[in-house]
Amino acid sequence: MECIVAPRGRGPDLKGLTMNLRVLAGLGVLVVLLGALAYTTFSGRNEGIRIGFVTTLSGGSAAIGADMRDAFELALDHMDRKMAGHPVTVLYEDDAQNPDVGLQKTERLVQRDGVQFVTGYIWSNVLLASYRAATDRGVFVVSANAGPSELAGKQCTPDFFSTSWQNDQTPMAMGEVLSRRGVKSLYVLAPNYAAGRNMVAGLKRTFRGQIVAEEYTQWPDQIDFAAELAKIRAAQPEAVWFFFPGNYGTQFFKQYAQAGLMGQIPLFSSFSIDHLNLPQIGELVAGSLLTQHWGPDLAYPVNRKFVDDFKQRFGRTPSFYAAQAYDSALLIRTALETTRGDVENHDALRNALARATFESVRGPFKLGGNHFPVQSFYLYDVVKSGNAYDMRQLEKVYTDHTDPYAVDCAMAR
Amino acid sequence: MTRSTAIIAGFLFVALIAAIPAALFLHEPYLISLFGRLAILAVAGVGLNLVLGHSGLPAFGHAAFVGVGAYSVGITTLEGIPFLANGWAQFGLAIVLGALSATIIGALSLRTRGVAFLMITLAFGQMLFYGAVSLERYGGDDGTTLPTSSTLAGLSLERGSIALYALSLLVLLLATYAAWRVMRSPFGAVLRGAAVNERRMQAVGIQVFRFRLAAFALSGAICGLAGALLANHAAYVSPANLSWMRSVELAIVVLLGGAGTTFGPLFGAAAFVLLEEVLSGLTEHWRLIFGPLLLLVVLVAPGGIAGLLSGKRDG
Amino acid sequence: MGLLVEQVVNGLQFGVLLFLLSAGLTLVFGIMGLVNLAHGSLYMLGAYFAVWFAGMTNSFVLGLLLALAATAAVGVVTELVALRTLYRRNSLEQVLGTFGLVLLFDEAAKVVWGPAGLSLAPPEWLSGQVSVLGVPYPAYRLAVLAAGMLVAAGLYWLVSRTRAGMLLRAAASNRSMAEALGVNTRVLFSLVFALGAGLSALAGILAAPLLTVHVGMGEEVLLLAFVVVVIGGVGSIRGALFGAVGIGLLDTLGRAYLPGLLRGVFSTPVADAVGPALSSMLIYVTMAAVLLVRPEGLFPIQRRAEAGRVVSAP
Repeated sequence: MECIVAPRGRGPDLKGLTMNLRVLAGLGVLVVLLGALAYTTFSGRNEGIRIGFVTTLSGGSAAIGADMRDAFELALDHMDRKMAGHPVTVLYEDDAQNPDVGLQKTERLVQRDGVQFVTGYIWSNVLLASYRAATDRGVFVVSANAGPSELAGKQCTPDFFSTSWQNDQTPMAMGEVLSRRGVKSLYVLAPNYAAGRNMVAGLKRTFRGQIVAEEYTQWPDQIDFAAELAKIRAAQPEAVWFFFPGNYGTQFFKQYAQAGLMGQIPLFSSFSIDHLNLPQIGELVAGSLLTQHWGPDLAYPVNRKFVDDFKQRFGRTPSFYAAQAYDSALLIRTALETTRGDVENHDALRNALARATFESVRGPFKLGGNHFPVQSFYLYDVVKSGNAYDMRQLEKVYTDHTDPYAVDCAMAR
Repeated sequence: MTRSTAIIAGFLFVALIAAIPAALFLHEPYLISLFGRLAILAVAGVGLNLVLGHSGLPAFGHAAFVGVGAYSVGITTLEGIPFLANGWAQFGLAIVLGALSATIIGALSLRTRGVAFLMITLAFGQMLFYGAVSLERYGGDDGTTLPTSSTLAGLSLERGSIALYALSLLVLLLATYAAWRVMRSPFGAVLRGAAVNERRMQAVGIQVFRFRLAAFALSGAICGLAGALLANHAAYVSPANLSWMRSVELAIVVLLGGAGTTFGPLFGAAAFVLLEEVLSGLTEHWRLIFGPLLLLVVLVAPGGIAGLLSGKRDG
Repeated sequence: MGLLVEQVVNGLQFGVLLFLLSAGLTLVFGIMGLVNLAHGSLYMLGAYFAVWFAGMTNSFVLGLLLALAATAAVGVVTELVALRTLYRRNSLEQVLGTFGLVLLFDEAAKVVWGPAGLSLAPPEWLSGQVSVLGVPYPAYRLAVLAAGMLVAAGLYWLVSRTRAGMLLRAAASNRSMAEALGVNTRVLFSLVFALGAGLSALAGILAAPLLTVHVGMGEEVLLLAFVVVVIGGVGSIRGALFGAVGIGLLDTLGRAYLPGLLRGVFSTPVADAVGPALSSMLIYVTMAAVLLVRPEGLFPIQRRAEAGRVVSAP
């Protein structure tokens, strides 16, 4: 077998070229590449507000990134692509769901493109790898989704802001609901990674019944849940709660329904049903309960305009990812209006961001001391509306809820 | 190595050095971080090339050694163990642990050949990957940010600093030189000979296994060093450093540049990083161009870039 | 006891899915010597085509058949244009070239079908549950199990009982000898590749109702397929079957019982931390162990040495 990697094939015969020609050709390619790099490096810096948007536009999670980008574009159009009278340029970058690439793209935005804000960020690991590349150089980071507990608590930092939530909060609301409903025994499932463990920790903060089993599934590659479903059936819990993001959630729901468990054991979830997978699984999950900080039916004028225009322009209902991205544009605009478009005075802009209050898609928006939103959480269920499936608000679980890590944040005290 | 590859490599290296004045005087710090990643990738490529190129062994789990190096720096930084939290100790540890893990994995893997070797190195890489995911203390799958950087001879190797970049270039230069010297030595002759015909080497009484194991350990050490640089470059370590897709990337770097050539890893890293940078600036769908380009290189230029430059398969 | 039986059935069913996934890979790998990373892309394309055609025809079965044909056609074109040249290259060059194809197919699928996941509903008559030893079991999963067994039997028949199979075995064990005896290996290899692509597509189509059809789904299962092929023995259909069922059982039973066992030995937090990582590692540990003892896999096919391809490890 030793020959399997020994040279076997031959390239085309290029011996006609002289050595010098080869060197020249090689140099030519090198010069073209470096020239293209220099061209993209030294060109294209113009005046006005510049915002970088790092999100996932390739691979299995590209739909989330596309939803966020569409919402951000819609927000800009709603502002006539101006903030505080200045034209806004947005540069979208694909992090490929890879921390190294996210860091590289953030550095490109900050150092080459000279942005004043970086927003987007779906994944905790990409955000953790990237944020200091911006904040170290005086560029503000506004996360539109990722909310790792480190950044809400001990590692909270003045130039970082979030328009989403901290991982624990939504499952906390769910734990509250389950407790109020008198659920005594609960089966808990989450993937074996940091966000999964955060979510379970959140649920346990407020759930007062007994947790029959706490199951962590393989991450990132598990596609079959038959073993877990059999265990659930055998354990006969009163209810099941789980968290599986994106495609994983879709797959778990399908297999849960196919196993005939949907009608038997009530299913509660967090961040696993959204408007990206509802078209696929709506029929299966009708009646299933979830907690969320936003829904398309929230009756605020800003939300109506956002949801209606989004539907009209893109032909689909926006997801909560989109809603958060829309709010990140509103947060940046509000702060810039406070400073009258001044981006040079860093402290003034930071104060303006931290104290910004505005009408968001979630109603009146305000940030807590750790720069995470202080917001309400609702209980939703999945219902049929017309030919499609949608979410319907049932009750408000928390009003103006602050995440549990804020007490660890020096800035918030 | 031929004259033409040496000339182009020289020009490329000068361009990498030129990024330093460009950063200082033209205020272009981005080149430092872009070329920094390029240099670190090239260092890891030099390490992998010893096994994959020169020795002709299809190793497919080298991201694990880069990860071991990165976590060596990450864990010593976070734990703040007094005598380990300085640059010399951290880099030394990364090299030693890279070599050690490569020795253990190599001692087992080198008992197999061909595709079995490819898959078994992949398997060990995956084991270390899942091991890193289970390190909850260091952020598990999320990884962890490093609050401080390594300090080496009084220089703080901060993220994006000239010092770190200069060190990366120096390491690249030294690693390339060392690999070249090694491959010109009798030791290298055995490796190359065994790549062509293992039985013949055995027949003349050479224990190929030992030579290959030494090459594997050296390769792990260089990758560990690259990992230590990478941890400082990103000021962050995570299991993503060890994922099998990173191993694919490293293999691409070596093969694109020209497996078994002195400057192949440098050419491969430059082509990989610069093409990605330039193409992704052109279109969101840049993979539609990059994918076929990789295929094209394999089809028409099996010797990689170095092969194209020298007109020889083995540059 | 009932639970154990159910978990064993789960493992068998997952194993059969893995078999479908790896049968094509092992044929292409064994007969042409091609390490084809784009095998996962064909699995993805099969699923996408099935969603497309099932939507057009309103029939799962028609969609399945059309998608099989379409994916096989894509496979043949790819083989003619690019892969044919790669057969005699070394394994890493094949990895590089076919990885380029993976990038191409993923991006193309995103451009054609959009970034959002798509859904393929199982046929109406398979969407319920049937009782297995008193436990309700999804009918669709049983159908996948049955389909996989049928394919395994069909392939076994094809390879060991037909003239085409004889030529295949001849070309696999000694290509130059087969050519010297007048076998047109070019045509044969194209047909084998089409068969492999079809099998991969079949796996994608049958998996689609359990999963969501999305870009990157091929890469999620690619490593598993390679593990199965290598454990079973490259080129061996029988090896792929036993390897797949073994891995399916190991993975499923590992997930089902390993955490509980660990909790019996360690404290709960330690067990919770170690359990999932250990069950993820399980199949790789197994593969490494198998390869150390039997580098050719569990069911190696007989090969004869030929020029430029010295086979059989020491």
